[in-house]
Amino acid sequence: MSNAAAIRPGRPALPEWVRRLPEYLMIWVPLLLSAAHLVSFSLWTIWISFTPSTLIPVSGWVGLRNYSAVAASRNWQIAFDNLLLFGSAFVLLSLVTGLALAILLDQRIRGENVLRSVFLYPLAVSFVVTGTVWSWLLNPGLGIQKLVHDLGWTSFKFDWLIDRDMAIWTIVIAAIWQSSGFAMALFLAGLRSVDTDIIKAAQIDGAGPIRIYRRIILPSLWPITITVVVIQLQFAISTFDLVRALTNGGPGIATQLPALVVYDLMFQRSLLGRGAAAAVLMLLILLAVLLPYAAWRYVQRRRAAHA
Amino acid sequence: MRERTFAPSRILIYLIVLLIAAAWLAPLAVVVLNSLRSNEEIAQGSMIGWPQHWAWSNYVAAWSGFCVAETCAGIRPYMLNSALVTIPATIFSTLLGAVAGYAVSLWRFRGDTWIYGIVTLGLFLPQQMRLLPWTIVLRDIGLINTLAGLVLIHTIQGLSFTTLFCRNYYVAIPHELIRAARIDGAGFFRIFWRIILPLSPPILIVTVIWQFTHIWNEFLYGVTFTSGQQQPVTAALIALSAAVADIPQHGVQSAAVIIAALPTLLIYLLGGKYFVRGLTAGAVK
Repeated sequence: MSNAAAIRPGRPALPEWVRRLPEYLMIWVPLLLSAAHLVSFSLWTIWISFTPSTLIPVSGWVGLRNYSAVAASRNWQIAFDNLLLFGSAFVLLSLVTGLALAILLDQRIRGENVLRSVFLYPLAVSFVVTGTVWSWLLNPGLGIQKLVHDLGWTSFKFDWLIDRDMAIWTIVIAAIWQSSGFAMALFLAGLRSVDTDIIKAAQIDGAGPIRIYRRIILPSLWPITITVVVIQLQFAISTFDLVRALTNGGPGIATQLPALVVYDLMFQRSLLGRGAAAAVLMLLILLAVLLPYAAWRYVQRRRAAHA
Repeated sequence: MRERTFAPSRILIYLIVLLIAAAWLAPLAVVVLNSLRSNEEIAQGSMIGWPQHWAWSNYVAAWSGFCVAETCAGIRPYMLNSALVTIPATIFSTLLGAVAGYAVSLWRFRGDTWIYGIVTLGLFLPQQMRLLPWTIVLRDIGLINTLAGLVLIHTIQGLSFTTLFCRNYYVAIPHELIRAARIDGAGFFRIFWRIILPLSPPILIVTVIWQFTHIWNEFLYGVTFTSGQQQPVTAALIALSAAVADIPQHGVQSAAVIIAALPTLLIYLLGGKYFVRGLTAGAVK
């Protein structure tokens, strides 16, 4: 490379690193900024979580006091219980809905493309929009309950939105509407990649469609199932906008979730240390999902490499 | 697997699918219809109903009339804010991600696997872990409560996705192509410009659609780092429903929701294939 400059007469021979400076800058600056912000911001937040910071970050060391304060607060406990319920209900139901839709669409249906677009379009709108719209539909004085009452069935009751015990299910409903299509898209891709020779062989052996699904097609989908579960869990853990727009954590704090607690502590109560501790707790919950998944992926890859 | 016949089981399948599809479309239909009903009409019945008089004026009010926190300019300034954040941040993050993806997949340099590994961790790190540091950084560089601040955040954070998308696409380009070009004396930028970019349209479309949709729909950073007139449209919608809580204007609010959702819905309708590709590409991390 360096002799390229020497060939051209009349041009000062710049050192190699100077000539390649734009290239180095272009490669390193964006990647370094991205990597540095991820690492330093994480460490920064972890550090704040061990300080007595309230309105502004201050240095000092309070050990795990912020963590115990957060863990002992009713707000966090409700948020955590809600996350367990919401996370498992949402993941399970969106998985079942997505798989059912994928299997139905896989039956050589006319207008499959249109139907697929219908099930996927909610993914293009924001959680704020989804939450707002469902807050209207599920509002007993405005939406479905009011409609049924106006039609004459006045004893009909569907008021989960204002029912402390059931309100979390309104989040589940909206979340399923929004993201079952995602599970469907992945499952459909999986269904389409099943080896057709095996299916044909089974058909020749006289196996019916239900048997073929149970014995051949569904078992081949489980790696996709795990991926879907992990991604949906990751979404469930960080759910914020949807609740903000749908219930705003209410009635009372009945639909509180960890991400709302973090925001509340940081920006409404100005307890930065506790807010940071709650954020780190969120990260730990996420790691409890992601680390086993990463280990599983690693084993899968090694197995594939050896096979 | 089976022939197209109209056996009872086929009819049942169609019936189920169409019922679910209707349920999926219902929320959109309800909001569209409401956006065309007057506030009084909605107040008399429920939010689910057919317009008696087509109240197109809702859209005028939603676009430039209603008041959020003492400013009566409708949703227009917030739509503009969202556009001014989303368009530059999408372009920057996509271009930088394409260069970075090319660098780590084909150009190769010392430390590339390491830095790429760290950058992709950004796909998983919750936003909550970055809220306080961003607040402090934005304040220190004077970008708090500015659109430029949001552009900066979305560009840097978007790099995790764009680099991953582009890298996974470029990995399939034969290395011999790059090696031959380097022997011919082509440098980093010339190879990118002459070889990589012409091969890139499919992945760039996927990346642009993904980034645009995500940034347009983003709420947490918008509501945390901006306030009042600087807010993106997602934050403004929440502020609107809080502002009209006493005297609901559901017709106008529905029109505002439709307007706010329109850009990403249109992109989805126009680029559906690429939209789905982005979804699945993001899934197979």
